Amino acid sequence: MEHITLSFPATRTVSGKALAGVVGSGDMEVLFTATQGDTLTIAITTSVDNSEQRWQALFSRLVELTSIPAGQMQIHDFGATPGVARIRIEQVFEEVSHA
Amino acid sequence: MSQKLNRAAIWLDKLTANAPRMAGLCASVQVADGSVDGKAARFIAVVPDENNHYPRAKGGEVGLLEGWTLAKVVSETIAEDAEKTEKRAIVAVIDVPSQAYGRREEAFGIHQALAGAAAAYANARLAGHPVVGLIVGKAMSGAFLAHGYQANRLIAFNDSGVMIHAMGKESAARITLRTVEALEKLAATIPPMAYDISNYETLGLLSALLDIAEPEAPQSADLEKVNAALVTAVREARTDNTLKNRLNAKNRQSSALVRERMRAAW
Amino acid sequence: MRNDSSFIELKARERARLLLDDGSFRELLDPFEGIVSPWLEAQGIVVQSDDGMVVAKGTINGGPAVVIAIEGAFQGGSMGEVSGAKMAAALELAAEDNRNGIPTQAVLCLETGGVRLQEANLGLAAIADIHAAIVDLRRYTPVIGVVAGTVGCFGGMSIAAALCSYLIVTREARLGLNGPQVIEQEAGIDEYDSRNRPFIWSMTGGEVRYQSGLVEALVGDGVNAVKQAVNDAIAKGVPAQHRTDNYAWYLERLSNFDTSKQADAEQIKQLFGEKRA
Repeated sequence: MEHITLSFPATRTVSGKALAGVVGSGDMEVLFTATQGDTLTIAITTSVDNSEQRWQALFSRLVELTSIPAGQMQIHDFGATPGVARIRIEQVFEEVSHA
Repeated sequence: MSQKLNRAAIWLDKLTANAPRMAGLCASVQVADGSVDGKAARFIAVVPDENNHYPRAKGGEVGLLEGWTLAKVVSETIAEDAEKTEKRAIVAVIDVPSQAYGRREEAFGIHQALAGAAAAYANARLAGHPVVGLIVGKAMSGAFLAHGYQANRLIAFNDSGVMIHAMGKESAARITLRTVEALEKLAATIPPMAYDISNYETLGLLSALLDIAEPEAPQSADLEKVNAALVTAVREARTDNTLKNRLNAKNRQSSALVRERMRAAW
Repeated sequence: MRNDSSFIELKARERARLLLDDGSFRELLDPFEGIVSPWLEAQGIVVQSDDGMVVAKGTINGGPAVVIAIEGAFQGGSMGEVSGAKMAAALELAAEDNRNGIPTQAVLCLETGGVRLQEANLGLAAIADIHAAIVDLRRYTPVIGVVAGTVGCFGGMSIAAALCSYLIVTREARLGLNGPQVIEQEAGIDEYDSRNRPFIWSMTGGEVRYQSGLVEALVGDGVNAVKQAVNDAIAKGVPAQHRTDNYAWYLERLSNFDTSKQADAEQIKQLFGEKRA
């Protein structure tokens, strides 16, 4: 099990909170709380060791593709593939945009 | 009886001074009337029965007949005392290695039989009977849920023959893909997982932990100690028919926190 | 009519939301409060923010209600200190409400293998608290249990299910005390083959439990079907006799049953009688 902390530049602000996913095999739980400011900070607890690079790459790609909101994200990961991880993250961003 | 005795059978005998057993029950449930604090008290034990009608429940396990018989005995005790202002104490004398494991057991609803027992003990407590669980040996899993865990107060012996847990070491080791040694090592570092009674005590679920010189062959000093503990437990139980006294330990602080926060948010 | 979407596929939070009246869902000790297991981190196990238990207050048909739903996907729905305390606390508060004249209804969505072995004795103690709270609450108002699958309801929580006033199951569901693997380990493969799915369902599946009178309602896998069954159960009120109090009947049947034969579908029918077509 690993703890990883990352942060990325945010280019928009929203308000509210959102949650997606569960800590089941191949899945992950994402909690997002919007804040003011220009940073998205992410705290990850993952069952997969040596995965910091993978998370870094995942978020780097997301930042390129879309406008990341400012806030705090908490991830509890139980072996989600990059595809599933991305779906969960996009789910919370989508939900909080409509909040 | 020529049958094998477990600790519960031995202690039932001693605590009721060899009082006659209630008739008409399956041989694996033994009930005798004795006294605590000079007042009538009913003592109930689950014991081995080589001739059990259900072959998978011969070793003192709580199975189909045991669950429903406990339900019957305790429910009838409640009914008998229904008009009395002071309800008699019920002492569950506990040495149960597990629930019974078997095809008949599952098919014929052992989960419902154990629920019958648990409900009866809970009803007794709610009606005002002081219910005391006296753990003299094993108190495992579903068997303990049915016979003892609904008591107002739990007393255990401070002895290596006393084991309280959710699953036996061999089964738990197999299910979690470890050796028994590895499991024991891990369990020793995590109080709720541990198999020894000292760790269990830190969870704050017991009202008393007794040092008994001869748990398998009680001497008079041992008997006195147990009787004194029963008196205290019964007196305390009369002031509280809930399980709230189990929420005071540091190792169970999250249980208290959850209740506090939920009440505040309700 | 509306097509009836799957109930089984829903996660716990959605089950709770849909069982409550539209828009009335209010979660207590939600994931953002972060009351997680204090025991899993030290064992290298990733926690879930709600510890796999959702407690939601709201209304059912306009009356006050609490739905308590186990998340079967997290650690097999197993009961830890916090998840067990959440269910027990909600039931205790519902009983208190009823004593104070507020007729709070409780519905339990049971999707669990029983005690979480990583928290063993605290899981077991929490289940004892849940048993106590169900027996207390059901004196005032029926406690409704729903076992839908895919996990089913096992271990000490099968006892909790059996304490409920009314149980609703699907065909996919199973309700049994011991997990199939444990029975196979303890009693041998001839006694119980844990990999024989049709056999397992024939012993502990929703259909056979319904035929045996151990559950009150068997429904198709649909949100509306489950909601209707829950409403029907609530409407019945506290039963004249809870199944647990029917010990005389069960003792008579079980004591006199010929145990020279092993249990099978025919034996089960004979023991319980054919209560329904």
